[in-house]
Amino acid sequence: MTERILQELIESFPKLLLTALKVTVPLTAISFTIGIMIALMTALVQIAKIPVLRQLARFYVWIIRGTPMLVQLFVVYFGLPSIGITMSAFPSAIIVLSLSVGAYCSETIRGAIESVPKGQLEACYCVGMTFPQAMRRVIIPQAMTAAFPPLSNSLIGLVKDTSLAYSIAVVEIMAQAQRIASRTYDYFWLYLEAGLIYLIICTLLTWIQRLVERRMERKR
Amino acid sequence: MIEVMNIQKRFGEKEVLKDVSFRVNDGDVIAVLGPSGSGKTTMLRCLSFLETADGGKVIFDGKEYDLHHSSKKDILNYRKKIGFVFQNYQLFGNKTALENVTEGLIIARKMDKKEAVDRGMKALERVGMLDHKDFYPSRLSGGQQQRVAIARAMVSEPGVIFFDEPTSALDPELTGEVLNVMEKLADEGTTMVVVTHEMEFARRGADRVILMEDGLIVEEDSSDVFFTSPKTDRAKAFLEGIRGR
Ligand SMILES: Nc1ncnc2c1ncn2[C@@H]1O[C@H](COP(=O)(O)OP(=O)(O)OP(=O)(O)O)[C@@H](O)[C@H]1O
Ligand SMILES: [Mg+2]
Repeated sequence: MTERILQELIESFPKLLLTALKVTVPLTAISFTIGIMIALMTALVQIAKIPVLRQLARFYVWIIRGTPMLVQLFVVYFGLPSIGITMSAFPSAIIVLSLSVGAYCSETIRGAIESVPKGQLEACYCVGMTFPQAMRRVIIPQAMTAAFPPLSNSLIGLVKDTSLAYSIAVVEIMAQAQRIASRTYDYFWLYLEAGLIYLIICTLLTWIQRLVERRMERKR
Repeated sequence: MIEVMNIQKRFGEKEVLKDVSFRVNDGDVIAVLGPSGSGKTTMLRCLSFLETADGGKVIFDGKEYDLHHSSKKDILNYRKKIGFVFQNYQLFGNKTALENVTEGLIIARKMDKKEAVDRGMKALERVGMLDHKDFYPSRLSGGQQQRVAIARAMVSEPGVIFFDEPTSALDPELTGEVLNVMEKLADEGTTMVVVTHEMEFARRGADRVILMEDGLIVEEDSSDVFFTSPKTDRAKAFLEGIRGR
């Protein structure tokens, strides 16, 4: 590594970091939040065995899990305009990423909810609670404790999946690295630096995950 | 008073409850005995709408409930007037002992939090668990969990509490503390229907005994009569079997 490259990397680091903060982090945070809500609803309509919605939920999970995210991004961003639905790149990415989180995490959450002894739901009923009350107060909190490690994995996976938004011209970390590198042709180093940014984010998240897990451990 | 009329329930081909009727007067403690598979648990579950009976009624608190189909609203109201103690305690794992007891008051009954805590503490005191009020279930022994579960069932002062083999999941040395609490409740006039294999409890703690076999009540007596001079051959055989063990 020459001094010039080092200089370049030092200069580009804040730019990449800023892109991470302005694009990758919001993209991750928004998609994950929406995705978890979709996942929870998808899991609940299956557990409560609500007709029609339940089949719809299974269909949705089937489609999302069975097709590559790249294809989904292209369908939403390049395909939907042809039937009159046009969206800019960022919201398109949000939609696809949220749906993906929703589908994968719904299975995680469903498993976690089913891992809470069924008798506790009956015990809720016997103290006069309704199904929604029981879910909200007793079952889902415990399911979330059980689901926390796998959901954290999904979150970390999502951080990296945001790089796919590059393919529909969202200027995220990869695109930014490429832009900078195209001026000097130091692709090798800039892509490594892009990787470093992801590594930093994911390490931070792993660290938070451990912290929270330790705290939950104490609350039992 | 609670009057149970003609419960019927089948699982597939199997007729688990053929036609079960009985009556519980206020303050009565009824022990339900019977061999494994005779339908005792199913009867309590039908009486709590945890299982939908194929037929039958219960008259309780001056109101008649159809065990086969009642509206959600009726079921909810009915459940607020009963208590249920499960074989496996089924405490809420994310709640402390005190929260387990107050949750139903606060969430289902919309009771003021302070009043609920007040009542919760009193209930825990009655089962001797007040000093463990901030413990999570995973930190309690089976006997302690079951006592908290009893506090949870009685805190709302229900018209009747159903117990489904409350000591069967416990190590033998822990059954005593739970039975003591139940006997105390019985002495205080709580109306209870207790499915149990604890003959000692049935003899001492219960006013009346119901013997079930194959989905039917085959004998119903005061507990003295049942244990000293049972009327039916089946009751005699049942008692023989127990003494034989
Ligand atoms: N959900 C169910 N589906 C199918 N069969 C069931 C179900 N629950 C109970 N049964 C059957 O109904 C019969 C009565 O069961 P139940 O649990 O009421 O008996 P019990 O008197 O409580 O027995 P035990 O003393 O072993 O607890 C048994 O033959 C059992 O296999
Ligand atoms: Mg049983």
